[in-house]
Parts: sequence; structure tokens; C-alpha cells
Amino acid sequence: MGKQIIRDRRIVMDDWSHVEDEAALPSSGKIIVSHTRWQADKATLAKRGDVGISIPPTLDVATLAPDLPSLALIALPFNFIQPKPEGGRTFDGRSYSQARLLRERFGYKGEIRAIGDIFRDSMHYAWRCGVNAFELAAGRDLDDALKGFDDFSTHYQAAADDPTPIFRRRKA
Amino acid sequence: MYQYDNYDKQLVKERVDAFRDQVRRHLAGELPADEFRALRLRNGLYMQRFAHMLRISIPYGLLSSKQLRMLAHIARTWDKDYGHFTTRQNIQYNWPELADVPDILEALATVEMHGIQTSGNCVRNITTDHLAGVAQDELVDPRPYCEITRQWGSFHPEFNFLPRKFKIAFSATTHERAALLTHDIGVRIVRNAAGEIGYTVFVGGGLGRTPIIGQKVREFLPELDLLSYLEAVLRVYNRLGRRDNIHKARIKILVKEMGVAKFTEAVEAEWALIRDNPSLKLRRDDLEHFRKFFQPHAYDASAARDASFEAKCSSDKAFAAWVEHNTWPHRVPGYRAAFVSLKPRGGTPGDCSSAQMDALAELADKHSFGEIRTTHDQNLLLGDVKVADLYPLWQALQPLGLATPNIGTLTDLICCPGLDFCSLANAGSIGIAQELSERYADLDYLYDLGEIRIKMSGCMNGCGHHSVGHIGVLGVDKEGEEWYQITLGGSASDDATLGDRIGPSIARNDVVGAIVKLVETFVENRQGEELFVDTYRRIGIAPFKARVYGARKDAVAA
Repeated sequence: MGKQIIRDRRIVMDDWSHVEDEAALPSSGKIIVSHTRWQADKATLAKRGDVGISIPPTLDVATLAPDLPSLALIALPFNFIQPKPEGGRTFDGRSYSQARLLRERFGYKGEIRAIGDIFRDSMHYAWRCGVNAFELAAGRDLDDALKGFDDFSTHYQAAADDPTPIFRRRKA
Repeated sequence: MYQYDNYDKQLVKERVDAFRDQVRRHLAGELPADEFRALRLRNGLYMQRFAHMLRISIPYGLLSSKQLRMLAHIARTWDKDYGHFTTRQNIQYNWPELADVPDILEALATVEMHGIQTSGNCVRNITTDHLAGVAQDELVDPRPYCEITRQWGSFHPEFNFLPRKFKIAFSATTHERAALLTHDIGVRIVRNAAGEIGYTVFVGGGLGRTPIIGQKVREFLPELDLLSYLEAVLRVYNRLGRRDNIHKARIKILVKEMGVAKFTEAVEAEWALIRDNPSLKLRRDDLEHFRKFFQPHAYDASAARDASFEAKCSSDKAFAAWVEHNTWPHRVPGYRAAFVSLKPRGGTPGDCSSAQMDALAELADKHSFGEIRTTHDQNLLLGDVKVADLYPLWQALQPLGLATPNIGTLTDLICCPGLDFCSLANAGSIGIAQELSERYADLDYLYDLGEIRIKMSGCMNGCGHHSVGHIGVLGVDKEGEEWYQITLGGSASDDATLGDRIGPSIARNDVVGAIVKLVETFVENRQGEELFVDTYRRIGIAPFKARVYGARKDAVAA
């Protein structure tokens, strides 16, 4: 309660709450449930109109296409993972593809929220892929994280934020 | 060559500023280790055995003299007065201080250079034929396509955290010199039956722990569809590539596990959805924009009328040998491309001092339109030298120790930094390279042997490309001791092949002796002017094995 997030490059109070799979659904309010729970109880959940889901990075977002009109929010995990056999942890970049596909291919207009280990220096790329909200882990400095959006003022390729690649802009 | 405009300059400047702040936050304890690691790697900064190592990108191996002078300045000011040219056509410095790295990157930015994406799980430096633009057997200059791809892959928001590193190479020649089939994506620029330019695309090649030759996924991709196809391949890889095990995370494993047919199907399905996306589709005038940076130089039409060159070749045997081995035909009459050997007797392959770099920059200005190229064999090249200038060039290179006439010979071997520097290595490779260069210092004998490609890596990661060496040497760790696994018959060329293991690994002190025995076996069995690799293919592994291991019982089991 009283948690802050970044939405559309501003720090705001989070008006959504995560509901665990085993927990009872609150009677009202905006809730984020797992993709699994959504699958199991879609008919009931869809009626609320204030439902979001968190999806695993392995999900093919094409399978969500029919559900998108009923979903006000999709939460994508951005996490460090520890591959075998040893060495440093690597940042899992699958959700960058999920975000772009949701925005660019399936025209999703709701909130796309990064959750997990998303950090300042990875946020600019997520924003370009269509992520517009960032729920940072507890203890993260949101004012500091906001600076991540300004890492670059231009870019080479087209993405969810700009359909014009540099070789077109140069001639404009 | 490509010139930065305000966009490029802005991006590099902002990257340097961001990294300076990341280093500051890291040193202040504000940036956790995992995060800093992921970020420093994207700027080419590694943590090695004794110090940091900084790798600087040389896009498709092309440098201006001004840039080379800056590389010399960096070696002098912030490192131990030398740099090391790598098999990826880049340069690395082995001893920078972390706190100095932002200043080094800022200095590099003034000459349009950087360390961006020379490491990390992202699209790495784009490589190509070191003779691009001057080769006689070239269909079109591949460098405009390399530059388009470099820009597309730089800070790509979707593909900046891939399962593993990703290497793309281009080639446009009849004889392939860019090792396409050992890259994650190899793009061969071709002309189809209708006379249109396009690409044959290979995916899933790679060396390292599981060396695999790339497989063809598309016979002909139309010229304007380059970026959409690359994006389709990368998206399939980013979504489906393994992330549970770093040794199985390259795209080659995905291709292998899915099977090339299923993988190709997935790429084609993705491509069908984006190929007509105007954000990705190139236009003719886009290509023109990039082509104009790589126009032929203002060649001297009278260069071919020179008579002094032939005369010098007849009168000076040493010069003639250098010309024969270290220069290459040029598409323009009266010009040749001149290799600068970084494999002197007893030296470390690929190392170059700041004094050598400065002198080479001078020579490039004087004799080769101010450009220098790096090769994936860890040499340098002056691409456009008038034949009349070759003699003075050779004379100037000699006192610099850069005229060893050994290109393509046994002593022009490539090797990784090995245990002397690298934190991944199991064994040294530089020492063996130095011993071999001493052992084969007799040039006449060396020339008689013809082309023999020796490639050495200090560990399974295969930075020295051992799997595709005619003779490959791989360092392995055996209970804390350095041992070496030898392979024979590999090739990175048109006939790309992985070498065969000859038997159990060999102790450090016996490695050079074993290579000598392999060479002797070749000489005894050679027919006419046959090359080592051809003799090997004809007679098979048995005679080589017998010679190296003799009656050792364990030789059979391996």
C-alpha cells in the first residue's frame, strides 16, 4: 500500500495490486493476477474490467491476442537469471520482444508494466519497446531511475516509440 | 570510409556520458555488481586475470590514420604502450585502470570510435573481408551493408540482452575470406539468375565449446529486405534461445536443437509478418546514402605504367619475397594491397606498439589514402598502394619490425591472449606461437611448406579459432597443468570444415615437437605442390597420428 511506480515517465502512486494465485479476489479495485489464474478463471475475471495479468517471459504473446481487449494491464518480468554452469548472472531480455509484439503487432493500448529486476540502465530500451510503466523492486530509488530515460536523445532503429528509422530521419 | 553525422556523434557522446556516470555510481557503491557487469561489458570492458581489458570496436576492420594515431595515443597514455589486434578485427588494451576508461572512451569519441557492443550478449562488431572494396573477385563492396547493419544493431532496444553474444559477417567475393560459416549470421552478397543483388543467409555457425558450421536458411534474400530478415532471425533467437546454460545459449544450439528446417520455418513465418514493414524496408536511396561513403579512391591512372617495381623485384630478392607473400592483387591496375605482418619472429601475434601504430599511420597517409585495415588473422593491411610505392613502403616497414614476409605461412598463426592475460583460459598460447616462429624462422623452408593455417586457443571458448585451423591447438587444463589438444584439417574458408582430433592431449613441452612431426609427415607424403590441408584430406589422419603418438597405447582410444 502506498507504493510508488513510474508511469509515463512520472512517479505516481500505484493504483494496482498483485493478487497471489491462492489468495481470494478482492471485491473491487484494480488487480494483477497471474497468466495461469487468468486462463483458469477468465470468464469471471473479464467481467471486472479492471484486470491485468503478469505473464512469464516464455509466453508467445500471439496466444493473448483474443484476450487483449479485456486486459487493462500486462506485466512483464525483467529479471537477472543465473545460467549454468557458473559465472555472472545475465539479464533476461525476452520481455523486450514481448513488449514490442504487444504494441506493434497486436496494437495493445493498455499499460505494459515492467516488474522484477528492471533497473535504471535497462529502462530506456524497455520504453522504446513499448513498456510505459515500471514497478521497481523495493529499495530502488525512483528519482534516480527516472534519469535512465534520458540516456539517449536519439536512436538508430525504429521501435514501438518511433516508426522512423534513422536512414529516413536523416533525409527529412 | 563512413563519416559520423550529428546523430552518430550524439549517440556516442551520450553513451560515454552514461558510462562515466555508471563507473562513478559503481565506484560509489550505488550500482550493484550484476548491473555494472552487464553495462561495462556493453562498453567492451572486461575483468581479466590481472587487470581490466578494454576492447575497442573497429567496424568491419577499417581505420583512418587519424584513428590509428588515437589508438597509439591511448596505448601510450593509459596502457603499457601497445595494443592487441584481435580475430574480430578489433583492438584490445590489456592494462587500463577502471577510473580512466571514461576518459579513454571520450578520447576515442573525438575520432568517431568507441567500445560499444564489443562484448556482452548483444550484436557485436560487424566483420567482413579485409580486402573489401579492392578485391578482384568481389561482386560489390560489402561495407555499405555492414554499416547499415552496424547502425541497426547499435543499441537495438529489443536485442540488447540476448541469450548470448551475436556475431554477423558479410562477404561478397568468390573466395570467401570473412569466415562467414563460423558466424551466428553469415551474409553472402550474391547476384541471382535475374541479375538482382541479394543475399544468401547462413545461420548458426560458431566456434567455441561446440563448434558448428553455419547452415543455409535462405538461398536468396532480396537486397532491400536485409533488416527485416535480420530482425526476424534475432527475434526468433531472443524468444526461443536457451538461457539456462551459457554453453548452450548461442544461436547455433537453437538451430541444432530445433533442426535447421524448423528453425528456418520459424524465421520465415516471423519474416512474412514484417518484411513489408516500412520501418525495416530499405529503399534504393537509403543504399545510395551508405554507398557514397565507400566510393573508390582517386586512383592514379598512370600507376600501371611504372617500371621501377618490376626492376626492384628482379634486383632485390628479399623485396621480391615480401611482394610475393605480403602483397595481394588489387582491382585497379598499378596498385596492390600490402599486408603488415604482426607476426614477427618471437613476437606475440597481433600486438602492435604505439610507435608502430604512429609510423603506420604516417605510411598510410603517404601510400594508401590514409586508411588501414585490420584482418581476422591479426595482421594489418594497407589496401591501396601504388606498385611504385611498394619498395619504399617495404624499406620503411623493415626497421619497424613490420615486414616479416610470412603472410599465409605457418608462422602467420593466430592465437588468443591465453593464460597470460585471459581469465577464461586454461593454458597459454602466446609462448607456443613464439617458439614456433623461432623454430620456423628459415624462410626458404617456410615457403616450401606452402599455406598452413595454425590457430590456437587457450580454452574451449575458441577465440583463436582452433576448430577451423589446418592445425588447431586447444589449451586444456589437466589437474592444474597446461595440456593441448591438437586437431587437423579444419578450414574457415569456402570449404568450411571442423578439424578432427588426432588423439589425447599433449603436455606443454611436447606441443611444438608434435607440430614439427605433423609438418614432417606432411612433407614426406606431399604430392607436388599440394597444400597441407589437401594432403591431410587425401591420406587421412592415421599417418599423422602414428607419427605424433608412436606406439602409445592411449592414442588408439582417443
